[in-house]
Amino acid sequence: MSTPAIELKNITKTFGSITANKNICLTVNSGEILSLLGENGSGKTTLMNMLSGIYYPDAGQIFIDGKEAVIKSPKDAFDYKIGMIHQHFKLVDIFTAAENIVLGLKEDGKYNIKDVEKKVSEISARYGFDINPSKKIYEMSVSEKQTVEIIKVLYKGADILILDEPTAVLTPQETQKLFAVLRKMKEDGKAIVIITHKLHEVLDISDRVSVLRKGEYIGTLNTAETNEAELTEMMVGKKVSLDINRTEPENCEDRLTVQGLTCLNSDGVKVLDDISFTARSGEILGIAGIAGSGQKELLEAIAGLQKYDSGSIVYNDPKTGSAVNLKSKTPYQIKELGVRLSFVPEDRLGMGLVGNMDITDNMMLRSYRKGRGVFLKRSAPRELAKNIVKDLEVVTPGISTPVRRLSGGNVQKVLVGREISLSPTVLMTAYAVRGLDINSSYLIYNLLNSQKQKGVAVIFVGEDLDVLLELCDRILVLSSGTVSGIVDAKAATKEELGRLMTKNSKGGADNEQ
Amino acid sequence: MSSNSSGKTHEPLFHIAKRNSMVWWKAWLIRGISVIVSLLVCAVIIVSLTHQNPLEVYGAMIKGSFGTNRKFWTMLQSLAILLCISLAVTPAFKMKFWNLGAEGQVLFGGLCSMVLMFMVGDRIPNVILILAMLAASILGGIIWGLIPAVFKAKWGTNESLFTLMMNYIAIQLVSFAIMIWVPSGSSVMGLVNSGTKAGWLPDLFGQKYLINILTVAVLTAVMFVYLKYSKHGYEISVVGESESTARYIGIDVKKVIIRTMILSGAICGLSGFLLVSGTNHTISKELAGGNGFTAIMVSWLAKFNPVMMILTSFIVVFLQRGAGEIATKFNLNTSLADILTGIIIFFIIGCEFFINYKIMRTNSGKEGK
Repeated sequence: MSTPAIELKNITKTFGSITANKNICLTVNSGEILSLLGENGSGKTTLMNMLSGIYYPDAGQIFIDGKEAVIKSPKDAFDYKIGMIHQHFKLVDIFTAAENIVLGLKEDGKYNIKDVEKKVSEISARYGFDINPSKKIYEMSVSEKQTVEIIKVLYKGADILILDEPTAVLTPQETQKLFAVLRKMKEDGKAIVIITHKLHEVLDISDRVSVLRKGEYIGTLNTAETNEAELTEMMVGKKVSLDINRTEPENCEDRLTVQGLTCLNSDGVKVLDDISFTARSGEILGIAGIAGSGQKELLEAIAGLQKYDSGSIVYNDPKTGSAVNLKSKTPYQIKELGVRLSFVPEDRLGMGLVGNMDITDNMMLRSYRKGRGVFLKRSAPRELAKNIVKDLEVVTPGISTPVRRLSGGNVQKVLVGREISLSPTVLMTAYAVRGLDINSSYLIYNLLNSQKQKGVAVIFVGEDLDVLLELCDRILVLSSGTVSGIVDAKAATKEELGRLMTKNSKGGADNEQ
Repeated sequence: MSSNSSGKTHEPLFHIAKRNSMVWWKAWLIRGISVIVSLLVCAVIIVSLTHQNPLEVYGAMIKGSFGTNRKFWTMLQSLAILLCISLAVTPAFKMKFWNLGAEGQVLFGGLCSMVLMFMVGDRIPNVILILAMLAASILGGIIWGLIPAVFKAKWGTNESLFTLMMNYIAIQLVSFAIMIWVPSGSSVMGLVNSGTKAGWLPDLFGQKYLINILTVAVLTAVMFVYLKYSKHGYEISVVGESESTARYIGIDVKKVIIRTMILSGAICGLSGFLLVSGTNHTISKELAGGNGFTAIMVSWLAKFNPVMMILTSFIVVFLQRGAGEIATKFNLNTSLADILTGIIIFFIIGCEFFINYKIMRTNSGKEGK
């Protein structure tokens, strides 16, 4: 067998007291696609960052084409023909695709953007990309931006490509397109590593799959000889049931009615356009859509954090039966009106919690006003903190640990725990399981399900279509700030959702009618 | 045989990693060591530049604060004023409102006191005069702090520039007042009401500055409780840490900004009153003497903890007074004293790096054979 393109031997990397990678050995061959599989925090990205020169290993060796390599900077990585496509794009918005691609390159000869564009078109044709080199980045969709990132590393002549969760931001159709391109690159002899935690994609695209768990190397399997259950077990370390128990909605009443909601951003662009829907008690309403289709604005409008220009949001109080208009109310006024609205925002540490405060003080965010007098009462929040740590199995040194020190899953447990403790009648969650490991994700799904059974109207903004289809009762699809459809989750398919998500994604031209 | 890779590859020798947390006594050990190291470095500089005995120089520094009874009380008085202004800027800084205008707020507060002291000093009973001066100073400080706060809350103006510019306005107003009040045209105003002592804070137990010191001591305790245990203090922390979290839980951010700057300005005004009525009995452009800026350092060094500020303001005042003492005693240029002060503060601040981070040798991982 020929020498592998990459060989990692006993790579170890620690951050403070945390060992992110421990004695990891891994090989990648030319002309193959290797999936690097593991839960969040298992050390996948850290490992690949050492190949791309962002981190330097504490111990261990890296061999590229059989020769030992020292990669201290992204430039070194580029000299070894390694290119990484990061999860967060690093592009200049006001430049064109071609300009971004040559940015930072030191080529001999005269700079000629026409030559660059020609070369970009050649690369596109060769691998089947669909891109206009003179289009500006800010006019591009997420998948086009990703294409630019991939061409950027190919243009530099990379033979080894590392993609960090490339499908996280793509629709099912776009994912298929990307996979077709990856297969062509593989035929061309490139070595490709794709970091992911989506099992069906692993099975779909890769030749081999290597699994990491808690920073340790677990094993490598040929994709053809394995299945989802086996991979999950390797990833989590024990058997996990991947079923969400969806019960039939009971006693549905209209709880929150949104009518013709329209909202402009500071540039006068409609971020929400004539949104109408009803959230019902005892039901989980999913909201699907490409990132940035108006999900954030919609939830914040309901929570009283986002001003809107027209339309109405009406809450039907289950106790009094009266309808409460929430238009131009602040979050405090909404609370004073007796609306029990809980909100788990997307930005957990930036909005839902205060990273530098401990768990007790974070519990107090919702309740510190209680009681007369000018002083805080910390006893009730402290009890609540203790209970949440116990009930939701939050891993923490204690309740006086700043929440920013907790891992992503534990931060989310603290936040969801606090919001549920308010015994809400409406519970809104935005990307509630983003970055969470499988066990924590299922814990959150179960919590949402039990809230639903208690008669709470749950609104679940999600990104994983499989989860949306399994968990929700109805799914509202947002596309460029409009409702492109509300479907029954039991009858809908992923492809149908994908189509609705991109229904009017290009510009606002078809919003006019 | 040496490894052939060592010639062509250059691995980084060290790397830096963040510490999780450190037990308190270790942190204080590091701080103590850094002070000792700074004194050693200072000693080298003293010997090489002045050929003096460093121990004698250090002895003189200590005498600057503790040498005589009078020096001790003067040191406590300086400490009280610096601490008072530090307490004033703390709530604003904790809210991440960069109030660089303490200097001006103190000065304007002091000016308000002086107006009453000068204009109606001999015409109303002293108790009423002093209370009126106190109220006027606090009001003046509030006005000077409130203007930039309102602009920030309503129109999002930059508070650093705004408060800095307010300093210059206050300075010019004081110059203007002195120009009117001092007929000789001198820019220095002598003691006001030196005969009647109208508007002067009285001595307490024979100590001139005791009222100042006790006032600030009480204020320190109040601010500690306010910031840590009151609802207002909690709101200040939340707004400072994350405005979107504050909005999310329904805090009216504008209201908190304005309320907190009223408090900050009021304490600055109080400092101005203590300076005019309790210390100087006159006014000049240098009333605050740069303490409005030094206070920012004192507050940061103490991590916004009022009790810790007693220590940090003591360090600063101690070094200032010690520097002055060695400059006169050894007939040295005051710049040398400033150099020593700078070195010591550099080490005190710099050692926080070693408390927050650790430096580790990179082990190459190639098990040596």
